[in-house]
Amino acid sequence: MPTNPTKLAGDLLVWLALLSAPFWLPRVGSYVELGTHVVVFALAATALNFLLGYTGVLSFGHAAYFGLGAYGTALTFKYLVPSTPVGILAGIVLGTVAAAIIGPMIARLRGVYFAMCTIAFGQVFYFIAFQWFSLTGGDDGVSGWHREPLHLGFADIDILNNSDAFYYFVLAVFAVCVGVMAFLLRSPFGRTLLAIRENERRARFLGIPVDRHIWMSWVISCFFVSIAGSLFALMNNFVDPRALRWDQSGTFVIMTVLGGMRSFWGPLIGAAIYLVLQDYISSHTENWMSFIGAFFVLIVLFFPRGVLGIIRRKAAT
Amino acid sequence: MTQLVLFNAFNGLIIGAFYALMALGLSLILNLSGVINFAHGGFLAIGGYLAYTLMPYLGFWGALVASPVLVAFIGIVIERVLIRRLYGRDPLYSLLLTFGLAFMIEDGTRFIWGAQSLPYQIPAWLSSPLSLQYFFLTGYRVFMVLLVTAVVAALFFILTYTRLGIRIRAGTLDLETVSVLGVNVRVLRNLNFGLGIYLAGLAGVLAVGMLGLQPTIGDNLIMPSFIAIIVGGLGSLPGTLAGGILIGLVSGITTVFLPAASEAVIYVMMAAVLIVRPRGLLGEEGRF
Amino acid sequence: MSLLRVENVSKHFGSLVAVDGVSMIVEPGELRAVIGPNGAGKTTFFNLISGFLTQTSGKIIFEGEDISRLLPARRVWKGIARTFQITEVFPELTVRENLRIPVEVQAGYRTSPWLSADADGEIRARVTELLDMGGLGEKADRLVGELSHGDQRATEIMMALALKPRLLLLDEPTAGMGDQETYDITQLIRKLHRDQKLTIVLIEHDMRVVFHLADRIMVLAEGRTLAEGTPKEIAANEAVQAAYLGKAAA
Repeated sequence: MPTNPTKLAGDLLVWLALLSAPFWLPRVGSYVELGTHVVVFALAATALNFLLGYTGVLSFGHAAYFGLGAYGTALTFKYLVPSTPVGILAGIVLGTVAAAIIGPMIARLRGVYFAMCTIAFGQVFYFIAFQWFSLTGGDDGVSGWHREPLHLGFADIDILNNSDAFYYFVLAVFAVCVGVMAFLLRSPFGRTLLAIRENERRARFLGIPVDRHIWMSWVISCFFVSIAGSLFALMNNFVDPRALRWDQSGTFVIMTVLGGMRSFWGPLIGAAIYLVLQDYISSHTENWMSFIGAFFVLIVLFFPRGVLGIIRRKAAT
Repeated sequence: MTQLVLFNAFNGLIIGAFYALMALGLSLILNLSGVINFAHGGFLAIGGYLAYTLMPYLGFWGALVASPVLVAFIGIVIERVLIRRLYGRDPLYSLLLTFGLAFMIEDGTRFIWGAQSLPYQIPAWLSSPLSLQYFFLTGYRVFMVLLVTAVVAALFFILTYTRLGIRIRAGTLDLETVSVLGVNVRVLRNLNFGLGIYLAGLAGVLAVGMLGLQPTIGDNLIMPSFIAIIVGGLGSLPGTLAGGILIGLVSGITTVFLPAASEAVIYVMMAAVLIVRPRGLLGEEGRF
Repeated sequence: MSLLRVENVSKHFGSLVAVDGVSMIVEPGELRAVIGPNGAGKTTFFNLISGFLTQTSGKIIFEGEDISRLLPARRVWKGIARTFQITEVFPELTVRENLRIPVEVQAGYRTSPWLSADADGEIRARVTELLDMGGLGEKADRLVGELSHGDQRATEIMMALALKPRLLLLDEPTAGMGDQETYDITQLIRKLHRDQKLTIVLIEHDMRVVFHLADRIMVLAEGRTLAEGTPKEIAANEAVQAAYLGKAAA
């Protein structure tokens, strides 16, 4: 399917903004770390959107695999080997294997029931992280470790102390991940997912094994969200059970909806707006939770199509 | 040993009764309107807090009666103003809405009543044990089980014999036909929502007597309610009731043999149900 | 060998009997119509053949193979495609995209993460072929949800055709259409039947369409076969007239 010029221009704009962020963020009164935060969550939200916006399946428990990615990485650093690549790998394996196991249990379910079960399964891992004090430190989380500089054969990249370097590292991972996701969505397989979203019955009656494809989409989505979780742990040099909680899952969903579920960059836009807002509100009041809650309500009632959805509407008329 | 098992089984029964009470409210709303009320725990908390506030004026019993009604009223207003707008749409949106409400309620209760645990007085004669041999049989616990039984019985009576109840049940099966038959579906959904929230508020008042009062009290109870519905069967109220009691009992008995696993076991039950019989114990086929 | 043998198939919904011991044999290359008053069980019958519902009793044999227990997606792979009473398409995708998906699935690319340039070219060519056949060339890049009823139905039929089926089931293809659209769809179906040598079974209410297209007609009433035969035989059949018009008119 041919790429149209508006889309290309949009892509270019996004990448330009992302690549130059460490330069313009401080100039608008912000800081690089916020940019890193946005990119990590944008990856998580984009991964969720693979399932939600493109396959039409509502997972409200994605924080579980995000958190598993984070814990996998943190625990590797703390107990096994202080190596960034190994840590990330461990996080990915943990999150993806869990998703692959749970997938078949829920792939037959739909709609509200599916959502309920994803929430419940998400809670299982929160509960384990909370209870397994000896391994995970319970509510205190996994601390006392930090990310290691990258020792590539030809150079050492100090992602530990250099915030800009870490930002570009995260951005590089983000780029590869969203690149793969975009590639998959443009493929014949990706089109079967669109078919499932658009009309499941018709997809079934075209010979698409719907449950199996939903499972595949689920695993792919959780794979990328666990990478985001891994980066999250590296970003904070810390992880606690909150990364696994239901409110984290809800945050991912609202970011996706806010930016626009039907567009590829929607989740990125949503993550940016949400995090900037949260940053601002929590620095001004203790009751930021009420405001965030009210924000959810307003978005759902008045901006269900999200920012990019509204822009598209305006462009089409 | 038998004392221990009995104690934990009875405890489990009480917890199960709570789960069932919460889950029934959730289930009512889910079955008729297709909305997962994530804010259910919040309404439970409001029930507890309102009772705490009303107690100096109305006493323990007055608060017990008045608080759930007030909470139900709040629920009815919220349904009318907010939730109603989302019925035609993808369930994603109503889930996000109730999610946001949950945030607001939790923060709101913290703002109004403070973040610390508040003391909740139950009448002295209720909190004393009824017998020396079965010391765990405090009056309050027995009272709770009896009250929950009475309320659940009343609920099933309402659903079977009153006009409202029959319409709710019919609406759960086929809302379109019900509306064609002249029933005002909007009012029906609204009242049904209120009924569900009443149960949450009542659970809240009862819970604080046993668990204490803090803003996060709803959090712990909402997940087991979900599981009660999944285990008991989507679309079936008797199933939800059975599910709640069952997971409470199993959880209680597990405490005797493997204390660390007592909470985890309900998730194992959920997984087992999803693998073996996804529709749940008493659920209807094709509901999802 | 007959293409499709439906042997004494019944479907009970609790105590409601929707289909009661219906049999049908379809030969390759036939165009068979299934007619009958409302509630006769025609769509249920189709649902049984396509696998949407499982029969309570009886067998369905396609090309000599018993497919009675196969899921819908598998029956599609065996060569049975269908359209629905209410058009089932992908509303927010373009016509071209709607057709591309079944073409890719049929060509075996269901789970492919990528396509070679050659394969891509072949697929595009086939999609263009289908677009032209269905008279949809001009509307190829419009969203299906925005097209007229007739064009949506044509898209659905071409999607079914993209699967290279050996049996095509059409459920009331002209439902809700005006005269011109009905004519266009009828012509399309006739063209497909003739040029592609497709075996087609269709449910229809519009008698003009039925008598225009069908080689043989089967009449269902109250879940049972009332009559079967050529259009002439059916037109003259008094029981059929009674079923449609009610006893008073007969």
